[in-house]
Amino acid sequence: MSTAEDLRYQEKIHELKYVGKDAIRTDGVDKVTGRAKFGADLIMAGMLHGAVLRSPHAHAKINGIDTSKAEALMGVKAVITKDDFADQESEMIQVGELSVNIRDVIRNILAREKALYDGHAVAAVAATSASIARKALKLIEVDYEILPHVIDVLDAMAPDAPVIHDYIYTDGVEPKPEKPSNIAKRLEIKLGDAEAGFAAADVIIEREYDTRPVHQGYIEPHACVASYTEDGQGELWASTPGHFLVRAITARLCGMDVSKVKVTASEIGGGFGGKNIIYLEPLAMALSRKCGRPVKMAMHRNEVFRATGPTSGAHMRIKIGAKRDGNITAGEAELMFQAGAFPGSPVFPAAMCAFACYDLENVMVIGWDVVANRPKTTAYRAPGAQISAFAVESAIDEMARELGIDPIDFRLMNAAKEGTKAAYGPTFGPVGLVESLKAIKDHPNYNIPLGPNQGRGVASGFWFNIGGETSVTMNLNDDGTLALTLGNPDLSGTRTSISVMAAEELGIDPERIRPTIGDTSALGFNFISAGSRTTFASGKATVQATRIIIDELRARAAAKWDLPIDAVVWEDGHARPASSNAGDFEPLSLEDIARDAKKTGGPIAGHVETNVSGAGPSFATEAVDIEVDPETGHVKVLRFTAAQDAGKAIQPSFVEGQYQGAAVQGIGWALNEEYIYDDKGRLDNAGFLDYRMPVASDLPMIDAVIIEVPNPNHPYGVRGIGETSIVPVMAAMANALEDATGLRINELPMSPPRVLKALNEKNGG
Amino acid sequence: MARYHVSATVNGDDVEFLCEPEQTLLDVLRDELQLTGTKEGCASGDCGACSVMLDGRLVCSCLVMGAEVGDRSIETIEGMAEGEQLHPLQQKFLDHAALQCGYCTPGILVAAKDLLERNPDPTEIEARFYLAGNLCRCTGYDKIIRAVMDTAAEMRGA
Repeated sequence: MSTAEDLRYQEKIHELKYVGKDAIRTDGVDKVTGRAKFGADLIMAGMLHGAVLRSPHAHAKINGIDTSKAEALMGVKAVITKDDFADQESEMIQVGELSVNIRDVIRNILAREKALYDGHAVAAVAATSASIARKALKLIEVDYEILPHVIDVLDAMAPDAPVIHDYIYTDGVEPKPEKPSNIAKRLEIKLGDAEAGFAAADVIIEREYDTRPVHQGYIEPHACVASYTEDGQGELWASTPGHFLVRAITARLCGMDVSKVKVTASEIGGGFGGKNIIYLEPLAMALSRKCGRPVKMAMHRNEVFRATGPTSGAHMRIKIGAKRDGNITAGEAELMFQAGAFPGSPVFPAAMCAFACYDLENVMVIGWDVVANRPKTTAYRAPGAQISAFAVESAIDEMARELGIDPIDFRLMNAAKEGTKAAYGPTFGPVGLVESLKAIKDHPNYNIPLGPNQGRGVASGFWFNIGGETSVTMNLNDDGTLALTLGNPDLSGTRTSISVMAAEELGIDPERIRPTIGDTSALGFNFISAGSRTTFASGKATVQATRIIIDELRARAAAKWDLPIDAVVWEDGHARPASSNAGDFEPLSLEDIARDAKKTGGPIAGHVETNVSGAGPSFATEAVDIEVDPETGHVKVLRFTAAQDAGKAIQPSFVEGQYQGAAVQGIGWALNEEYIYDDKGRLDNAGFLDYRMPVASDLPMIDAVIIEVPNPNHPYGVRGIGETSIVPVMAAMANALEDATGLRINELPMSPPRVLKALNEKNGG
Repeated sequence: MARYHVSATVNGDDVEFLCEPEQTLLDVLRDELQLTGTKEGCASGDCGACSVMLDGRLVCSCLVMGAEVGDRSIETIEGMAEGEQLHPLQQKFLDHAALQCGYCTPGILVAAKDLLERNPDPTEIEARFYLAGNLCRCTGYDKIIRAVMDTAAEMRGA
């Protein structure tokens, strides 16, 4: 797409008919009537029920597994262990914003030498009923040799910590360590000279922060159905944001050709990054292969908590220096992230994002990736950025207080803007941080007087957003309607937003375009729905595909009128002569050309396979008002305002929904959510009763403010919008708590017991 | 394994099924009657995704045993629309974009319908507390509450 075409947004913004106006989502009726089919909703003839045996131990050597009694149980059709999968050599595969090592993936789906965390899969069965499958699990005998375990990140980094993997020698340190440890990697991001920056500072704030692992908390547990047939073909139905990735990993782990695995993405009941890697699909395929029948596998909530998800818990040290006039002279961070049982925490994006909101000359960030006996961490909405933002934005707030400058003014004085060179490398194009700060400052919520025990907090946040491999196909039907086939599972209304862009291009009502998510045999490769890429990348490719169709429509009209194609334009759903000089012809509608397509050259379609670039980074600023109950330590959210740069909101109500949902996930993270382990390393709160996510009665309305600083690299100016709004939340909450109580809490969650304890200590109680 | 023979009414239709002693009403609806609109989120009564009406009472179907529902009346999300006509709540959820992934939506609609039948004029606080047993991780509840309040107003003729 040429730059001129890319600038369509700026040129035509006042003419948009459908973009920017809310439409009813095309999957809406199915989802309000119960028709929509999610991962566990497929029922196949002869289908078996699968179940997974999980380690009750945090760390144990597996000396042997005896499945004979389970196999002998009536109704059991297949039992699998690690021996049903060939081992894999170390190799990195890109998954969403994160990458995974295939050697670790095969060990995560089924333990090999050792069980590495409470809930680690050890064996799986398929049986004629769910109850028989559960009984069979109890008959599998595993000979465990319990090993010392380690849960928390600082404990795992200690020199005397139990070493989880004997092959981990810390990457990124010179000389290479002589002994293995739990520290998988050291990384560094550097700009300017931090030491000189601190030397020039009038005020330095240095603090330490801690966060706990939290789960993405999607309501749909992981689920899939696999069907392997005697000719070596396998089909999967899976709840996933990336069915092409499921195909790739399942084929790899099961030793099948990619062409022999077809994956259909079900509707997906939330993911937030937690479904970016796979757990069940290779097991279901291997079980189906072993018994020749379709196998459904669906996790219980207990398994979701114990074996999937969480993002890292972290220990962080932040140091900020500033002049009395408010100019920040240096920022420094040390981030220690626990990765779970295998390397690969989001410490790298956390490090890159840590100071991205600020136009700084001197930055030094050191990150540590540390394994522990917990489930392997997975991406969670702007992975890592929210964790480092909790620390940095808390310290920024303390600095603003120290300097006596309003926290928004302090951020405005130092805000990243067009031309700012970020510490992690790039120089920003047009970005909307300043606009988001001003929007919050001018918002009525920011000027409401506060009462006793009430406080107001502000924080900002950043996320990159991504593009990536994208394939789409659009077919013109003979009645002038269109079938749009997309390769990115839709978690939030993306298929509707994308078809609205196509409708805008064609000048037709969006209802005439039916978007569907194609299976892996319908399209070229698509990277997963992650990194806020879907509406941006799949939308950009769809606009290109639509323009291919428009060119063909013009060509058909030109042929009919015996004109050169350049003498025909496409406007408002019709081919017209470009000017009266070209001739006087009745415009041809989309229906007219579609109806005659058979006679004028055959079917009309547009398809695009591309690697989309030009993702627009997104900034957000949020303000929260809270009230603290001094008797209980309970924090109530009174009002919440989220202002984020969308670039352009294709469907404003969907964009608001993203900001609101992200804000509430952050509120849960700030106030209640955490993984709690007992002294044996077993997860103590593996259910929604004890892992307390926000419910409707906990919350006020969430005021969403859409900032639109167009992304010049998208035809309508779209940035990704799905993630950034979670980034500032925890810091904004901590800042509000200090405003309300004078207490600075540097540890999440700020749950009633922790807040009450701090209040009592402050009052000498 | 011995299975119970159960007769009940689901969405106004007589149904019969066989169920194991350990199967819940949720299991029966989904696996035996193939009514998969009712969702499992936790199987422990904490998320509300499996909300149904049992003899006019809002329940988590994962907390009711299948063998208990003999001669009783069950209403699920599949019975909410009448023919081609969506229930006003269903339409308002679409109008307000009150769903994202849609997984919690059936349970929330069943619970919200029960709320409006008991209390046609709820305050926002009442609506929030009535739906506090239904987890939604996508929306932050804002648009859900707005859709419920708007439906209530419309159904009252306000």
